[in-house]
Amino acid sequence: MSLYERPSHFEEDNVPKGARRTEDMLLNMGPQHPSTHGVLRVVLDLEGETIVKATPHLGYLHRGVEKLSENATYPQIIPLTDRLDYVCSMTTNFAFVRTVEKLLQVKIPIRAEYIRTIVAEMQRLTGHLFWLGTQALDIGAMTVFFYTFREREVLIDLFEMLCGARLTMSYYRVGGVDRDLTPEIVTRLYAFLETFPDKIDEYNTLLENNRIWTSRTQGIAVISAKDAIAFGLTGPVLRGSGVAYDVRKAEPYGVYDKVEWEVPVGKNGDTYDRYFIRVQEMRQSARIIKQCLDQLPSGPICADLPEVTYPPKDHVMTDMESLIHHFMIATRGFDVPPGEVYCPTEVPKGELGFYILSQGGNKPYRCHIRSPSFIHMGAFDHMARGYMIADVVTIFGTYDIVMGECDR
Amino acid sequence: MHAIVQKIVAQCPNAMVSVSEALGEVSVLIQRESIVPVCRLLRDDPTLDFDHITTICSVDFPGETPRFEVVYHLYSIGKNHRIRIKARVPEEDCTIDSVVGVWPGANFLEREVYDMMGIRFKGHPDLRRILMTEDYNEGFPLRKDFPVEGKGWRDTFEFV
Repeated sequence: MSLYERPSHFEEDNVPKGARRTEDMLLNMGPQHPSTHGVLRVVLDLEGETIVKATPHLGYLHRGVEKLSENATYPQIIPLTDRLDYVCSMTTNFAFVRTVEKLLQVKIPIRAEYIRTIVAEMQRLTGHLFWLGTQALDIGAMTVFFYTFREREVLIDLFEMLCGARLTMSYYRVGGVDRDLTPEIVTRLYAFLETFPDKIDEYNTLLENNRIWTSRTQGIAVISAKDAIAFGLTGPVLRGSGVAYDVRKAEPYGVYDKVEWEVPVGKNGDTYDRYFIRVQEMRQSARIIKQCLDQLPSGPICADLPEVTYPPKDHVMTDMESLIHHFMIATRGFDVPPGEVYCPTEVPKGELGFYILSQGGNKPYRCHIRSPSFIHMGAFDHMARGYMIADVVTIFGTYDIVMGECDR
Repeated sequence: MHAIVQKIVAQCPNAMVSVSEALGEVSVLIQRESIVPVCRLLRDDPTLDFDHITTICSVDFPGETPRFEVVYHLYSIGKNHRIRIKARVPEEDCTIDSVVGVWPGANFLEREVYDMMGIRFKGHPDLRRILMTEDYNEGFPLRKDFPVEGKGWRDTFEFV
Protein backbone atom coordinates (compact mmCIF):
# COMPACT_ATOMS: atom_id res chain seq x y z
CA MET A 1 0.00 0.00 0.00
CA SER A 2 1.38 3.38 -0.85
CA LEU A 3 1.88 5.94 1.89
CA TYR A 4 -0.81 8.22 0.52
CA GLU A 5 -3.61 5.62 0.25
CA ARG A 6 -6.10 5.69 3.04
CA PRO A 7 -7.60 2.53 4.55
CA SER A 8 -11.16 2.06 3.30
CA HIS A 9 -12.86 2.35 6.69
CA PHE A 10 -12.14 6.09 6.65
CA GLU A 11 -14.44 6.57 3.64
CA GLU A 12 -17.84 7.87 4.51
CA ASP A 13 -20.04 5.73 2.37
CA ASN A 14 -23.31 7.41 3.29
CA VAL A 15 -22.48 10.82 1.72
CA PRO A 16 -24.29 11.16 -1.61
CA LYS A 17 -22.12 11.86 -4.63
CA GLY A 18 -21.57 15.54 -5.29
CA ALA A 19 -22.92 16.60 -1.92
CA ARG A 20 -19.49 17.42 -0.50
CA ARG A 21 -18.34 20.94 -1.31
CA THR A 22 -14.85 21.11 -2.79
CA GLU A 23 -12.75 24.19 -3.36
CA ASP A 24 -9.31 24.84 -4.83
CA MET A 25 -6.88 26.43 -2.46
CA LEU A 26 -4.06 28.88 -3.02
CA LEU A 27 -1.13 28.31 -0.70
CA ASN A 28 1.82 30.63 -0.37
CA MET A 29 5.09 28.97 0.55
CA GLY A 30 8.01 31.18 1.48
CA PRO A 31 9.80 33.52 1.00
CA GLN A 32 11.26 32.43 4.32
CA HIS A 33 10.95 28.71 4.69
CA PRO A 34 13.53 26.44 6.29
CA SER A 35 13.71 24.18 3.28
CA THR A 36 13.71 26.67 0.44
CA HIS A 37 17.52 27.00 0.40
CA GLY A 38 17.74 30.74 0.25
CA VAL A 39 14.86 33.07 -0.24
CA LEU A 40 12.28 31.81 -2.67
CA ARG A 41 8.52 32.05 -2.74
CA VAL A 42 6.24 29.67 -4.52
CA VAL A 43 2.48 29.98 -4.87
CA LEU A 44 0.75 26.62 -5.08
CA ASP A 45 -2.72 26.00 -6.54
CA LEU A 46 -3.96 23.01 -4.62
CA GLU A 47 -6.73 20.53 -4.99
CA GLY A 48 -6.75 18.91 -1.61
CA GLU A 49 -3.10 18.17 -1.07
CA THR A 50 -2.30 17.74 -4.75
CA ILE A 51 -0.49 20.49 -6.65
CA VAL A 52 -2.40 21.71 -9.71
CA LYS A 53 -0.07 24.55 -10.55
CA ALA A 54 3.05 25.98 -8.98
CA THR A 55 4.23 29.52 -9.61
CA PRO A 56 7.75 30.32 -8.40
CA HIS A 57 8.50 33.95 -7.54
CA LEU A 58 12.20 34.60 -7.85
CA GLY A 59 14.39 37.62 -7.34
CA TYR A 60 14.64 37.94 -3.57
CA LEU A 61 18.40 37.60 -3.86
CA HIS A 62 18.81 39.66 -7.02
CA ARG A 63 21.87 41.85 -6.64
CA GLY A 64 22.37 42.82 -10.26
CA VAL A 65 25.64 40.99 -10.78
CA GLU A 66 25.34 41.35 -14.56
CA LYS A 67 24.93 45.12 -14.25
CA LEU A 68 27.78 45.37 -11.75
CA SER A 69 30.01 43.34 -14.09
CA GLU A 70 29.59 45.92 -16.81
CA ASN A 71 31.16 48.46 -14.48
CA ALA A 72 33.98 46.38 -13.05
CA THR A 73 37.30 45.33 -14.54
CA TYR A 74 37.80 41.67 -15.33
CA PRO A 75 39.85 40.84 -12.20
CA GLN A 76 37.24 42.65 -10.09
CA ILE A 77 34.48 40.40 -11.42
CA ILE A 78 36.12 37.23 -10.02
CA PRO A 79 35.00 38.01 -6.42
CA LEU A 80 31.51 38.79 -7.74
CA THR A 81 31.30 35.30 -9.25
CA ASP A 82 32.03 33.87 -5.78
CA ARG A 83 28.75 35.31 -4.62
CA LEU A 84 26.75 33.64 -7.36
CA ASP A 85 26.99 30.07 -6.18
CA TYR A 86 28.40 30.60 -2.71
CA VAL A 87 28.32 26.86 -1.98
CA CYS A 88 30.66 26.08 -4.88
CA SER A 89 32.53 29.31 -5.56
CA MET A 90 35.62 27.66 -7.05
CA THR A 91 33.75 26.23 -10.01
CA THR A 92 32.04 29.56 -10.63
CA ASN A 93 35.43 31.29 -10.62
CA PHE A 94 36.66 28.65 -13.03
CA ALA A 95 33.77 29.27 -15.42
CA PHE A 96 34.47 32.99 -15.49
CA VAL A 97 38.23 32.90 -15.92
CA ARG A 98 37.90 30.31 -18.70
CA THR A 99 35.60 32.66 -20.60
CA VAL A 100 38.02 35.57 -20.30
CA GLU A 101 40.92 33.32 -21.29
CA LYS A 102 39.01 32.20 -24.36
CA LEU A 103 38.60 35.84 -25.37
CA LEU A 104 42.25 36.59 -24.68
CA GLN A 105 43.45 33.33 -26.28
CA VAL A 106 45.71 32.60 -23.30
CA LYS A 107 47.54 29.32 -22.99
CA ILE A 108 47.59 28.02 -19.41
CA PRO A 109 50.64 26.18 -17.99
CA ILE A 110 50.01 22.48 -17.58
CA ARG A 111 50.53 22.45 -13.81
CA ALA A 112 47.93 25.20 -13.44
CA GLU A 113 45.48 23.12 -15.50
CA TYR A 114 46.00 20.17 -13.17
CA ILE A 115 45.56 22.28 -10.05
CA ARG A 116 42.43 23.83 -11.49
CA THR A 117 40.94 20.43 -12.21
CA ILE A 118 41.83 19.08 -8.76
CA VAL A 119 40.36 22.11 -7.02
CA ALA A 120 37.22 22.09 -9.18
CA GLU A 121 36.63 18.43 -8.36
CA MET A 122 37.22 19.07 -4.65
CA GLN A 123 34.59 21.77 -4.94
CA ARG A 124 32.25 19.36 -6.70
CA LEU A 125 32.69 16.98 -3.77
CA THR A 126 31.87 19.70 -1.23
CA GLY A 127 28.89 20.78 -3.34
CA HIS A 128 27.48 17.28 -3.59
CA LEU A 129 28.14 16.59 0.10
CA PHE A 130 26.34 19.79 1.01
CA TRP A 131 23.48 18.82 -1.28
CA LEU A 132 23.21 15.29 0.12
CA GLY A 133 23.18 16.51 3.70
CA THR A 134 20.59 19.22 3.18
CA GLN A 135 18.38 17.17 0.87
CA ALA A 136 18.24 14.37 3.44
CA LEU A 137 17.64 16.92 6.19
CA ASP A 138 14.72 18.43 4.28
CA ILE A 139 13.16 15.04 3.68
CA GLY A 140 13.53 14.08 7.32
CA ALA A 141 16.72 12.05 7.58
CA MET A 142 18.73 14.30 9.83
CA THR A 143 21.69 12.03 10.59
CA VAL A 144 23.19 12.14 7.08
CA PHE A 145 23.73 15.86 7.44
CA PHE A 146 26.25 15.37 10.24
CA TYR A 147 28.14 12.71 8.33
CA THR A 148 28.42 14.65 5.06
CA PHE A 149 29.43 17.83 6.83
CA ARG A 150 32.23 15.95 8.54
CA GLU A 151 33.86 15.24 5.16
CA ARG A 152 32.96 18.64 3.77
CA GLU A 153 34.81 20.21 6.67
CA VAL A 154 38.00 18.33 5.76
CA LEU A 155 37.85 19.67 2.21
CA ILE A 156 37.02 23.18 3.33
CA ASP A 157 40.01 23.11 5.68
CA LEU A 158 42.14 22.19 2.68
CA PHE A 159 40.72 25.16 0.78
CA GLU A 160 41.59 27.35 3.72
CA MET A 161 45.16 26.08 3.62
CA LEU A 162 45.24 26.65 -0.11
CA CYS A 163 43.86 30.18 -0.38
CA GLY A 164 42.92 31.39 3.08
CA ALA A 165 39.17 31.41 2.53
CA ARG A 166 36.57 28.78 3.23
CA LEU A 167 33.55 29.74 1.13
CA THR A 168 34.10 32.69 -1.18
CA MET A 169 37.53 31.81 -2.41
CA SER A 170 38.44 33.86 -5.51
CA TYR A 171 41.29 31.42 -6.07
CA TYR A 172 41.36 31.28 -9.85
CA ARG A 173 43.13 33.98 -11.80
CA VAL A 174 42.99 34.81 -15.47
CA GLY A 175 46.03 32.91 -16.72
CA GLY A 176 46.36 30.43 -13.88
CA VAL A 177 45.74 30.15 -10.16
CA ASP A 178 46.65 32.22 -7.13
CA ARG A 179 48.82 29.85 -5.10
CA ASP A 180 50.52 26.53 -5.56
CA LEU A 181 49.50 23.27 -3.89
CA THR A 182 51.79 22.72 -0.93
CA PRO A 183 53.16 19.20 -0.15
CA GLU A 184 51.06 19.19 3.00
CA ILE A 185 47.85 19.76 1.06
CA VAL A 186 48.78 16.96 -1.33
CA THR A 187 49.47 14.56 1.56
CA ARG A 188 46.25 15.42 3.32
CA LEU A 189 44.27 15.13 0.11
CA TYR A 190 45.71 11.66 -0.52
CA ALA A 191 44.78 10.68 3.03
CA PHE A 192 41.26 12.00 2.47
CA LEU A 193 40.87 10.05 -0.79
CA GLU A 194 42.04 6.91 0.94
CA THR A 195 39.01 6.82 3.22
CA PHE A 196 36.44 8.75 1.20
CA PRO A 197 34.91 5.83 -0.80
CA ASP A 198 34.13 4.09 2.51
CA LYS A 199 32.48 7.26 3.73
CA ILE A 200 30.22 7.26 0.66
CA ASP A 201 29.22 3.69 1.52
CA GLU A 202 28.44 4.93 4.98
CA TYR A 203 25.99 7.55 3.67
CA ASN A 204 24.42 4.93 1.47
CA THR A 205 23.78 2.60 4.39
CA LEU A 206 21.86 5.44 6.00
CA LEU A 207 19.76 6.13 2.94
CA GLU A 208 19.54 3.29 0.45
CA ASN A 209 17.52 0.97 2.68
CA ASN A 210 15.77 3.76 4.52
CA ARG A 211 12.10 3.28 3.74
CA ILE A 212 11.22 6.94 4.30
CA TRP A 213 14.00 8.09 2.01
CA THR A 214 13.10 5.69 -0.80
CA SER A 215 9.36 6.32 -0.67
CA ARG A 216 9.90 10.07 -0.62
CA THR A 217 12.34 10.05 -3.56
CA GLN A 218 11.41 7.15 -5.83
CA GLY A 219 8.88 8.21 -8.44
CA ILE A 220 8.89 11.82 -7.24
CA ALA A 221 9.41 14.70 -9.69
CA VAL A 222 9.78 12.45 -12.71
CA ILE A 223 10.83 14.18 -15.93
CA SER A 224 11.34 12.41 -19.24
CA ALA A 225 14.52 12.85 -21.24
CA LYS A 226 12.63 14.70 -24.00
CA ASP A 227 11.08 17.18 -21.59
CA ALA A 228 14.32 17.64 -19.68
CA ILE A 229 16.12 18.60 -22.89
CA ALA A 230 13.30 20.90 -24.04
CA PHE A 231 13.38 22.74 -20.72
CA GLY A 232 17.13 23.25 -21.07
CA LEU A 233 18.01 21.27 -17.96
CA THR A 234 21.63 20.27 -17.45
CA GLY A 235 23.83 18.54 -14.93
CA PRO A 236 22.62 15.72 -12.68
CA VAL A 237 18.99 16.71 -13.30
CA LEU A 238 19.37 15.99 -17.02
CA ARG A 239 21.57 12.94 -16.51
CA GLY A 240 18.99 11.49 -14.12
CA SER A 241 16.67 11.20 -17.12
CA GLY A 242 19.25 9.17 -19.00
CA VAL A 243 20.92 11.85 -21.14
CA ALA A 244 24.68 11.52 -20.83
CA TYR A 245 25.45 15.21 -21.37
CA ASP A 246 28.36 16.49 -19.36
CA VAL A 247 30.37 19.51 -20.52
CA ARG A 248 33.53 17.89 -19.18
CA LYS A 249 33.09 15.10 -21.74
CA ALA A 250 31.37 17.00 -24.57
CA GLU A 251 33.84 19.90 -24.67
CA PRO A 252 36.72 18.90 -22.40
CA TYR A 253 38.65 21.62 -20.56
CA GLY A 254 41.21 21.48 -17.81
CA VAL A 255 42.71 17.99 -17.90
CA TYR A 256 39.44 16.05 -18.00
CA ASP A 257 40.53 14.42 -21.26
CA LYS A 258 43.77 13.19 -19.67
CA VAL A 259 42.18 11.16 -16.88
CA GLU A 260 39.81 8.21 -16.88
CA TRP A 261 36.32 8.70 -15.56
CA GLU A 262 32.73 7.99 -16.48
CA VAL A 263 29.50 9.95 -16.70
CA PRO A 264 26.87 8.22 -14.54
CA VAL A 265 23.33 8.32 -15.96
CA GLY A 266 19.98 7.33 -14.52
CA LYS A 267 16.99 5.85 -16.25
CA ASN A 268 13.79 6.77 -14.39
CA GLY A 269 14.34 10.50 -14.17
CA ASP A 270 13.09 10.67 -10.58
CA THR A 271 14.58 12.18 -7.45
CA TYR A 272 16.13 8.89 -6.40
CA ASP A 273 18.03 8.59 -9.68
CA ARG A 274 19.36 12.11 -9.31
CA TYR A 275 20.50 11.24 -5.77
CA PHE A 276 22.15 8.10 -7.08
CA ILE A 277 23.93 10.05 -9.83
CA ARG A 278 25.33 12.61 -7.44
CA VAL A 279 26.66 9.84 -5.23
CA GLN A 280 28.28 8.19 -8.24
CA GLU A 281 29.70 11.55 -9.31
CA MET A 282 31.39 11.86 -5.94
CA ARG A 283 33.12 8.53 -6.60
CA GLN A 284 34.15 9.76 -10.05
CA SER A 285 35.44 13.06 -8.67
CA ALA A 286 37.54 11.20 -6.14
CA ARG A 287 38.89 9.11 -9.02
CA ILE A 288 39.73 12.23 -11.04
CA ILE A 289 41.52 13.91 -8.11
CA LYS A 290 43.54 10.76 -7.42
CA GLN A 291 44.74 10.49 -11.02
CA CYS A 292 45.50 14.21 -11.23
CA LEU A 293 47.59 14.05 -8.07
CA ASP A 294 49.48 11.05 -9.42
CA GLN A 295 50.18 12.82 -12.71
CA LEU A 296 50.75 16.31 -11.24
CA PRO A 297 53.62 17.85 -13.23
CA SER A 298 55.93 20.56 -11.94
CA GLY A 299 56.19 24.00 -13.49
CA PRO A 300 54.69 27.45 -13.23
CA ILE A 301 51.13 27.98 -11.94
CA CYS A 302 50.43 31.11 -13.94
CA ALA A 303 50.90 32.04 -17.58
CA ASP A 304 53.84 34.30 -18.36
CA LEU A 305 51.78 37.27 -19.52
CA PRO A 306 52.76 40.35 -17.50
CA GLU A 307 49.97 42.49 -18.95
CA VAL A 308 47.31 40.05 -17.67
CA THR A 309 48.63 38.10 -14.70
CA TYR A 310 49.67 39.21 -11.25
CA PRO A 311 53.37 39.04 -10.32
CA PRO A 312 54.36 36.37 -7.73
CA LYS A 313 53.39 37.45 -4.24
CA ASP A 314 56.90 37.18 -2.77
CA HIS A 315 58.17 39.60 -5.44
CA VAL A 316 55.41 42.06 -4.60
CA MET A 317 56.65 42.21 -1.02
CA THR A 318 60.28 42.90 -1.95
CA ASP A 319 60.38 44.49 -5.36
CA MET A 320 59.16 47.99 -6.26
CA GLU A 321 58.33 47.23 -9.91
CA SER A 322 56.33 44.14 -8.96
CA LEU A 323 54.38 46.17 -6.43
CA ILE A 324 53.45 48.74 -9.09
CA HIS A 325 52.62 45.94 -11.47
CA HIS A 326 50.35 44.28 -8.90
CA PHE A 327 48.68 47.62 -8.20
CA MET A 328 48.05 48.23 -11.90
CA ILE A 329 46.41 44.83 -12.46
CA ALA A 330 44.31 45.15 -9.31
CA THR A 331 43.02 48.64 -10.02
CA ARG A 332 43.08 49.18 -13.77
CA GLY A 333 42.79 45.56 -14.89
CA PHE A 334 43.83 44.63 -18.40
CA ASP A 335 42.46 45.23 -21.86
CA VAL A 336 40.60 42.48 -23.65
CA PRO A 337 40.31 42.52 -27.45
CA PRO A 338 36.84 43.10 -28.96
CA GLY A 339 34.80 39.99 -29.51
CA GLU A 340 32.11 37.85 -28.03
CA VAL A 341 32.32 34.46 -26.49
CA TYR A 342 30.15 31.90 -24.75
CA CYS A 343 31.98 29.37 -22.65
CA PRO A 344 30.18 26.56 -20.77
CA THR A 345 31.59 24.88 -17.67
CA GLU A 346 30.21 21.92 -15.74
CA VAL A 347 29.56 23.04 -12.18
CA PRO A 348 27.92 20.77 -9.57
CA LYS A 349 24.50 22.19 -10.50
CA GLY A 350 24.79 21.82 -14.23
CA GLU A 351 26.09 23.91 -17.11
CA LEU A 352 27.19 27.36 -16.00
CA GLY A 353 28.13 29.58 -18.89
CA PHE A 354 29.31 33.14 -19.25
CA TYR A 355 28.52 35.15 -22.35
CA ILE A 356 30.92 38.06 -22.54
CA LEU A 357 30.69 40.75 -25.17
CA SER A 358 33.81 42.88 -25.24
CA GLN A 359 34.25 46.08 -27.19
CA GLY A 360 37.86 46.39 -26.10
CA GLY A 361 38.92 48.05 -22.87
CA ASN A 362 39.21 46.71 -19.37
CA LYS A 363 35.51 46.12 -18.68
CA PRO A 364 33.06 43.82 -20.46
CA TYR A 365 30.36 45.56 -22.47
CA ARG A 366 27.93 42.83 -21.50
CA CYS A 367 28.39 39.87 -19.22
CA HIS A 368 25.48 37.44 -19.15
CA ILE A 369 25.40 34.48 -16.80
CA ARG A 370 23.63 31.29 -17.82
CA SER A 371 22.84 29.98 -14.40
CA PRO A 372 21.61 26.39 -14.16
CA SER A 373 19.52 27.01 -11.02
CA PHE A 374 17.48 29.70 -12.79
CA ILE A 375 16.79 27.47 -15.77
CA HIS A 376 15.92 24.53 -13.52
CA MET A 377 13.35 26.71 -11.75
CA GLY A 378 11.73 27.18 -15.17
CA ALA A 379 10.82 23.49 -15.13
CA PHE A 380 9.53 23.59 -11.55
CA ASP A 381 5.86 23.99 -12.46
CA HIS A 382 6.10 21.14 -14.97
CA MET A 383 7.77 18.83 -12.47
CA ALA A 384 5.64 19.67 -9.42
CA ARG A 385 2.18 19.18 -10.95
CA GLY A 386 0.35 16.17 -9.61
CA TYR A 387 2.55 15.73 -6.55
CA MET A 388 1.80 16.53 -2.91
CA ILE A 389 2.66 19.67 -0.93
CA ALA A 390 5.30 17.75 1.03
CA ASP A 391 7.03 16.87 -2.24
CA VAL A 392 7.69 20.54 -3.04
CA VAL A 393 10.59 20.42 -0.62
CA THR A 394 11.97 17.33 -2.34
CA ILE A 395 11.71 18.98 -5.75
CA PHE A 396 13.56 22.13 -4.67
CA GLY A 397 16.24 19.93 -3.23
CA THR A 398 16.57 17.71 -6.25
CA TYR A 399 17.72 20.66 -8.39
CA ASP A 400 20.47 21.42 -5.87
CA ILE A 401 19.25 24.98 -6.08
CA VAL A 402 21.28 27.91 -4.77
CA MET A 403 19.35 31.15 -4.89
CA GLY A 404 22.42 33.36 -5.15
CA GLU A 405 23.10 31.87 -8.53
CA CYS A 406 19.45 31.69 -9.52
CA ASP A 407 18.69 35.37 -8.89
CA ARG A 408 22.19 36.71 -9.61
CA MET B 1 30.35 28.97 -45.39
CA HIS B 2 29.45 26.95 -42.34
CA ALA B 3 27.09 23.98 -42.94
CA ILE B 4 24.53 25.22 -40.38
CA VAL B 5 24.47 28.64 -41.98
CA GLN B 6 24.02 27.15 -45.47
CA LYS B 7 20.97 25.30 -44.19
CA ILE B 8 19.42 28.49 -42.82
CA VAL B 9 20.11 30.35 -46.09
CA ALA B 10 18.55 27.53 -48.11
CA GLN B 11 15.44 27.13 -45.98
CA CYS B 12 14.79 30.71 -44.88
CA PRO B 13 16.36 32.82 -47.64
CA ASN B 14 15.00 36.16 -46.40
CA ALA B 15 16.03 35.69 -42.80
CA MET B 16 19.79 36.09 -42.99
CA VAL B 17 21.47 39.43 -42.36
CA SER B 18 25.07 38.50 -41.63
CA VAL B 19 27.28 35.72 -40.37
CA SER B 20 30.46 35.86 -38.35
CA GLU B 21 32.74 33.17 -37.07
CA ALA B 22 35.28 33.90 -34.36
CA LEU B 23 37.01 31.88 -31.61
CA GLY B 24 35.36 28.73 -32.93
CA GLU B 25 31.84 30.08 -32.47
CA VAL B 26 29.33 30.82 -35.22
CA SER B 27 27.07 33.86 -34.85
CA VAL B 28 24.17 34.46 -37.18
CA LEU B 29 22.34 37.76 -37.29
CA ILE B 30 18.82 37.34 -38.62
CA GLN B 31 15.73 39.48 -39.20
CA ARG B 32 13.62 39.58 -36.08
CA GLU B 33 10.48 38.62 -38.04
CA SER B 34 12.01 35.25 -38.89
CA ILE B 35 13.11 34.24 -35.40
CA VAL B 36 10.40 31.59 -34.94
CA PRO B 37 10.75 29.94 -38.38
CA VAL B 38 14.55 29.88 -38.05
CA CYS B 39 14.34 28.38 -34.54
CA ARG B 40 11.86 25.77 -35.72
CA LEU B 41 14.18 24.87 -38.59
CA LEU B 42 17.17 24.62 -36.25
CA ARG B 43 15.25 22.37 -33.88
CA ASP B 44 13.45 20.15 -36.40
CA ASP B 45 16.07 19.57 -39.08
CA PRO B 46 17.64 16.19 -38.27
CA THR B 47 21.13 17.30 -39.34
CA LEU B 48 20.99 20.41 -37.12
CA ASP B 49 18.95 19.03 -34.19
CA PHE B 50 19.25 22.02 -31.84
CA ASP B 51 17.09 20.52 -29.13
CA HIS B 52 18.62 22.34 -26.15
CA ILE B 53 18.08 26.02 -25.44
CA THR B 54 21.18 27.16 -23.61
CA THR B 55 20.33 30.75 -22.86
CA ILE B 56 18.66 33.91 -24.11
CA CYS B 57 20.03 37.32 -23.30
CA SER B 58 19.97 40.84 -24.64
CA VAL B 59 22.43 43.63 -25.29
CA ASP B 60 21.78 47.36 -25.39
CA PHE B 61 23.60 49.51 -27.96
CA PRO B 62 22.42 53.07 -27.29
CA GLY B 63 22.88 55.34 -30.28
CA GLU B 64 22.66 52.54 -32.80
CA THR B 65 19.55 51.70 -34.77
CA PRO B 66 18.05 49.25 -34.11
CA ARG B 67 19.03 49.71 -30.48
CA PHE B 68 18.65 46.28 -28.88
CA GLU B 69 19.94 42.85 -29.73
CA VAL B 70 18.45 39.60 -28.48
CA VAL B 71 21.01 36.78 -28.36
CA TYR B 72 20.00 33.10 -28.38
CA HIS B 73 22.51 30.38 -27.60
CA LEU B 74 21.53 26.94 -28.83
CA TYR B 75 23.11 23.56 -28.38
CA SER B 76 22.50 20.14 -29.87
CA ILE B 77 23.00 17.31 -27.41
CA GLY B 78 23.07 14.64 -30.11
CA LYS B 79 25.37 16.46 -32.53
CA ASN B 80 27.42 18.34 -29.92
CA HIS B 81 27.48 21.67 -31.72
CA ARG B 82 26.53 25.19 -30.75
CA ILE B 83 25.25 28.25 -32.53
CA ARG B 84 24.48 31.82 -31.57
CA ILE B 85 21.45 33.48 -33.16
CA LYS B 86 21.02 37.22 -32.89
CA ALA B 87 18.21 39.55 -33.87
CA ARG B 88 18.09 43.33 -33.64
CA VAL B 89 15.05 44.99 -32.07
CA PRO B 90 14.32 48.72 -32.51
CA GLU B 91 13.52 50.93 -29.52
CA GLU B 92 10.25 52.31 -30.88
CA ASP B 93 8.75 48.85 -31.46
CA CYS B 94 10.45 46.86 -28.74
CA THR B 95 8.97 43.45 -29.55
CA ILE B 96 10.04 40.11 -30.93
CA ASP B 97 8.19 36.82 -31.34
CA SER B 98 8.42 34.39 -28.48
CA VAL B 99 10.10 31.01 -28.93
CA VAL B 100 8.37 29.38 -25.96
CA GLY B 101 6.46 27.26 -28.47
CA VAL B 102 9.75 25.88 -29.77
CA TRP B 103 11.52 25.27 -26.46
CA PRO B 104 9.44 25.50 -23.26
CA GLY B 105 12.65 26.35 -21.40
CA ALA B 106 12.60 29.75 -23.10
CA ASN B 107 9.76 30.85 -20.80
CA PHE B 108 11.85 32.07 -17.85
CA LEU B 109 14.68 33.26 -20.07
CA GLU B 110 12.38 35.54 -22.08
CA ARG B 111 10.80 36.83 -18.89
CA GLU B 112 14.27 37.74 -17.67
CA VAL B 113 15.08 39.59 -20.89
CA TYR B 114 11.79 41.48 -20.61
CA ASP B 115 12.49 42.29 -16.97
CA MET B 116 16.03 43.49 -17.52
CA MET B 117 15.85 45.13 -20.95
CA GLY B 118 12.17 45.78 -21.59
CA ILE B 119 11.88 43.77 -24.80
CA ARG B 120 8.37 42.33 -25.11
CA PHE B 121 7.93 38.82 -26.46
CA LYS B 122 4.80 38.41 -28.60
CA GLY B 123 2.96 35.20 -27.84
CA HIS B 124 4.64 34.61 -24.48
CA PRO B 125 2.14 32.88 -22.15
CA ASP B 126 3.06 34.76 -18.96
CA LEU B 127 5.18 37.83 -19.59
CA ARG B 128 5.77 39.32 -16.15
CA ARG B 129 8.81 40.66 -14.38
CA ILE B 130 10.79 37.85 -12.82
CA LEU B 131 13.78 39.13 -10.87
CA MET B 132 12.53 42.63 -10.03
CA THR B 133 9.25 43.02 -8.15
CA GLU B 134 6.13 42.90 -10.29
CA ASP B 135 5.19 46.51 -9.49
CA TYR B 136 8.66 47.87 -10.23
CA ASN B 137 8.22 50.86 -12.52
CA GLU B 138 11.55 52.63 -12.64
CA GLY B 139 12.65 51.21 -15.94
CA PHE B 140 14.77 48.34 -17.06
CA PRO B 141 18.01 47.83 -15.11
CA LEU B 142 20.28 46.43 -17.80
CA ARG B 143 19.74 49.29 -20.21
CA LYS B 144 22.88 51.35 -20.50
CA ASP B 145 21.04 54.56 -19.50
CA PHE B 146 20.00 53.02 -16.16
CA PRO B 147 22.44 54.09 -13.43
CA VAL B 148 24.40 51.34 -11.64
CA GLU B 149 23.44 52.67 -8.21
CA GLY B 150 19.74 52.43 -9.12
CA LYS B 151 17.24 55.26 -9.17
CA GLY B 152 14.06 56.30 -7.48
CA TRP B 153 13.52 55.14 -3.95
CA ARG B 154 17.15 55.27 -2.91
CA ASP B 155 17.24 59.03 -3.49
CA THR B 156 14.67 59.46 -0.73
CA PHE B 157 16.95 57.95 1.91
CA GLU B 158 18.05 60.36 4.62
CA PHE B 159 21.73 60.82 5.17
CA VAL B 160 22.63 59.94 8.74
